[in-house]
Amino acid sequence: MNNSHRRIPAWLTDYLGMAGALGLLLLIFGLSTENFFSAATFGTIANQIPDTTIMAVGMTWVLIIAGIDLSVGSVMALSGAVLGVALARFGIPLPVAVVACLLVGLLCGLASGLIVVAWSLPSFIVTLGMMEIARGATYLVTQSRTLYVSDRLEMITDTTLLGLSAPFLLAVLIVLVAQFVLSMTVFGRHMVAVGTNETAARLSGIAVRRVRLAVFAVSGLLCGVAALINTARYQANPNNGIGMELQVIAAVVIGGTSLMGGRGSVVSTFFGVLIIKVLGTGLAQTGAQEPTKRLVTGCVIIAAVVLDYYRRRLRKTGTEAAQ
Amino acid sequence: MIGSAGAILSVRRICKTFGPVRVLHDVDFDLNAGAVHALVGENGAGKTTLARIIAGTHRDDGGGMTLNGQSYRPAGRTDAQRRGVRMVMQELNLFPTLTVAENIFLEDLPRRFGVINYRLLHRRAEELMAAIGLRDLAVDEPVGNLTVGSRQMVEIAAGLSQDCRLLILDEPTASLTDRETCLLFDQIRRLRARGVAMLYISHRMQEIKQIADTVTVLRDGRIISTHAIDTLTVEEIVNRMVGREISHAPAARTAAKGRVALRVENLCAGPRVQNISFDLHKGEVLGLAGLIGAGRTETVRAIFGADRLTSGRIYLGETAKHVRIRSPRDAIAHGIALIPEDRKEQGLFLPLGVDRNIAVPNLSRLSCAGIISPAAERTLARRHIDTGAIKCAAPDQPAETLSGGNQQKVVIAKWLARDCDVLIFDEPTRGIDVGAKFEIYAMMADLAARGKALIVVSSDLRELMAICDRIAVLSDGCLAATFSRNAFSEQTINAAAFSRHTATFRTQGAAG
Ligand SMILES: Nc1ncnc2c1ncn2[C@@H]1O[C@H](COP(=O)(O)OP(=O)(O)OP(=O)(O)O)[C@@H](O)[C@H]1O
Ligand SMILES: [Mg+2]
Repeated sequence: MNNSHRRIPAWLTDYLGMAGALGLLLLIFGLSTENFFSAATFGTIANQIPDTTIMAVGMTWVLIIAGIDLSVGSVMALSGAVLGVALARFGIPLPVAVVACLLVGLLCGLASGLIVVAWSLPSFIVTLGMMEIARGATYLVTQSRTLYVSDRLEMITDTTLLGLSAPFLLAVLIVLVAQFVLSMTVFGRHMVAVGTNETAARLSGIAVRRVRLAVFAVSGLLCGVAALINTARYQANPNNGIGMELQVIAAVVIGGTSLMGGRGSVVSTFFGVLIIKVLGTGLAQTGAQEPTKRLVTGCVIIAAVVLDYYRRRLRKTGTEAAQ
Repeated sequence: MIGSAGAILSVRRICKTFGPVRVLHDVDFDLNAGAVHALVGENGAGKTTLARIIAGTHRDDGGGMTLNGQSYRPAGRTDAQRRGVRMVMQELNLFPTLTVAENIFLEDLPRRFGVINYRLLHRRAEELMAAIGLRDLAVDEPVGNLTVGSRQMVEIAAGLSQDCRLLILDEPTASLTDRETCLLFDQIRRLRARGVAMLYISHRMQEIKQIADTVTVLRDGRIISTHAIDTLTVEEIVNRMVGREISHAPAARTAAKGRVALRVENLCAGPRVQNISFDLHKGEVLGLAGLIGAGRTETVRAIFGADRLTSGRIYLGETAKHVRIRSPRDAIAHGIALIPEDRKEQGLFLPLGVDRNIAVPNLSRLSCAGIISPAAERTLARRHIDTGAIKCAAPDQPAETLSGGNQQKVVIAKWLARDCDVLIFDEPTRGIDVGAKFEIYAMMADLAARGKALIVVSSDLRELMAICDRIAVLSDGCLAATFSRNAFSEQTINAAAFSRHTATFRTQGAAG
C-alpha cells in the first residue's frame, strides 16, 4: 500500500518535525515582536544553549537506560564552585582547576551510579539525594558567597571559530559524538537493550550494572563540562543551576526521548533545548513576565509528549484497540 | 450478515491489515454452541489476529460478525466480555506484582464494604485451581515469581473464572505437560456439556484430535477448509496447513558419544533445585523432563548463572575444568547459551526490530573497535530470517508485532548466531507450528552432529523421546531417574516424574 513511508527513515522525519516546530516558533516570535530577528536576540539564545545542551546529552543517555538524574543542576553548581574556589581562593593554576572541576562532576555521577547498581535502587530517589548533597556541598565550599572568576576563564567564552563561540561548538560536538555512540556503537546498543528489557539484556550477556554505572558517570562528567561554561559566564555562584534539572528533563522529553527507557535521540534533544530556549527568550521579548513564561513552557512540554504519543501510534501501524 | 442456523457466532468476510500487510482475507466461519472448534495454521497464518478480533482486542477493517443472531462488533475486551466472549491469551497477560488469586479474579474481586474480601477470594481461587490441577501453588504468591507453565495455568484459571458463552483458548497447552493438559480437557468437556462454544487454537495435532469436534485450517490469512474432526487424519490436516507435503520423521540420531562437555555436581539453588548431578557429552542431546514446578527451568537457569547457586560445582570442557559462573555473562564467555522459556520477558526486546534482537548477543562479532558495522548486522539478520523461516514484513519489523511462533524463532536465531559449545533450550518449540518444529529438530540434530552438547527442557514428552539421546527426569527439585534412548517409555518416565511429589498430588495426577 503506502510504500513511501518505508523509504524515508524514521529518524529523518523526526528531525524534520522538530526543525519544523522550531521554525514555527521563530516565525511566531518574528511576527509578533519587532526586533526578534536581531543579533542581540540570537546572541542571548546562543549564550544560554551550551551548558543546558551538554547536560541534556547526559540526561538523554540516562533516560534511555530507564533512569533519571535529578542531581545535574546541583552537580554542575558544585563543580563550578570547586573551580571558583580553586582559582580565587587557592590560586591553583587553571589547567589543574579545570581538571578538578571535571573530576568533581565525574565523582558525583559515579557515586550516584554505584549506589543505584549496588542496591538496585530507583535512580529517582538516589539522585534526589545527590541533588541535596551536592547543593549543600556547594554552599559549604563557597561559604555561600559568589566567587568572581570569569575574567580568568575568558578564553572559554571569547574564543570563536567562524563566528560561533567555543562553548557552542563544544556543545554541538558533544551532541554529535553522543549520537554516534548511541546509534553506532556496541555500548550504545547495550544502553538501548538495558533500557528496553533489563532481564533480557542480562540473559543476553550484557553487563547491565556496568552500563548503568558508565552512563551515570558520563552524566556527571558532562555536568562538570557544563560547569566550566556556566562559571565562565555567570561566576561561581552557589545558586547556579537551581531548577535546571527540570529544564533539562523538559528539553529531553520535548525531543521525544521516552521516560520509560529504551528510546531516544541526542540530536532530537538538541532540538528540544533550542525550542525551550527560543521559547523563553521570545516570551521575554514579547514582554511576558515570569508567570506567563512558566505557564506557556508548561503547556509546550505537555503538548510535546501528547504529540509524541500520536506520532508513535501512527508509526506502530498495528493499531491496538483499547485493552 | 445472516448467521447459519445453530451458530452462536458467525464471522463473515472479516479482513484485517496492519499497515501495508494484509493478515486476514475475507474470513468466514461459524462457531456452534456446545462444540469445540479447532483453528490450526502455520505461524503467522493469522489465528491469533482472528481470535483477538472476536475477543475485542483488535478491530476488523471489513466484514461483520453476529453473536446469537445479533450484530456484534465489540469496542474492546470488556465489551466482548459483557456479551459473554472471553479469551485465554497466547502471550501471557498477567500482572506480575499481583498475586495468583488477584490475577484470576481481577475483574470481579469479591468485596465487602468496598474492601477486598481476601478470605473469600482465596477460597474461590483455591477451588478453581484445584479443579485444573494446580493444588501445589500458593494463591497469594505474586505471579511474577512463577514459571511460564504455572503462569499459563493461572491465565487459564482466569479465563474459566467467569461464566461465558464463547471461550477462546489461544495455545493454552503450549507449555503444559500431559497431566495438566488432561485436567484442562476435563474442564473443556464440562463447559461443552453446558453448551459453551469454544475456539481452540493449537499446534499440537494429537490434542486437537482428542478434544475438538470440528477443525478449520487457516493459511496465509485465508480459510482453507472446515471439517468434522473424524473425517481428517493428522497428516491431512498438516498438509492443508502448509499447502505441501512435509517429511515427518525426525532425523535419525546416531549417538556418537564424545567426551564430557559439561559436568554438574550436587547443584543446589533454592527449593526447586536439590543436589542435581549429571554429565553432558559432546554431540549429545539430553532431555530434562518433569512436571510443571519440578525445577527444570530453575536447574538450567542455575547452570547458566541466571540464578545464584547455593552450592555445587560446574565443570566444563574436555579437561573438566572447574568454572565459577556468577552471571549469564560468565556463562556465555564459557560458551554456554540459554534460550529462555519466556520469550516476552526474558528473550526479546519487544519494541526493537528483528535485526536488532538477533544482533544483541553477537555484537562483538559485528563490530570493530566497538563500532557496529550496519552491513554485517543486516547480513546476519537476513541469513537468520531466511534459515529460520521467520515471517516478517521487513528485518526491522518490531518483534512485538510478530506472531507468537515467529517471536520464538527470533529468540532461537539470536543464540544460534553465536557459536556456543553447550546450548540449553528451555521449551524451544513453544508456540511453533508443526512444520517449523521438524526444522528445529533437524537443526538440533545438526548441532549435535557438529559436536555441540545440547540440553532440552520440554513439557512435551513425545518431543523429548524423539530428539534426545538421554532423558533426565526431575521430580520435586530432585533428579529422579535418567533413561537412555533404548529405555525410553512414556510410562516409566511419567512414573519417575511423579515419584517424589506428595501422596495427594500423586492420586490427583493418577485421576487426571
Ligand atoms: N501489530 C501488528 N503489526 C504488524 N503486523 C502484525 C501485527 N500483529 C500481527 N502482525 C502480523 O500478522 C501476522 C499474523 O499474526 P498472528 O499472530 O495472527 O499469527 P498466528 O497464526 O497466531 O501465528 P502463531 O502460530 O505464530 O501464533 C503475522 O505475520 C504478524 O507478523
Ligand atoms: Mg498466535
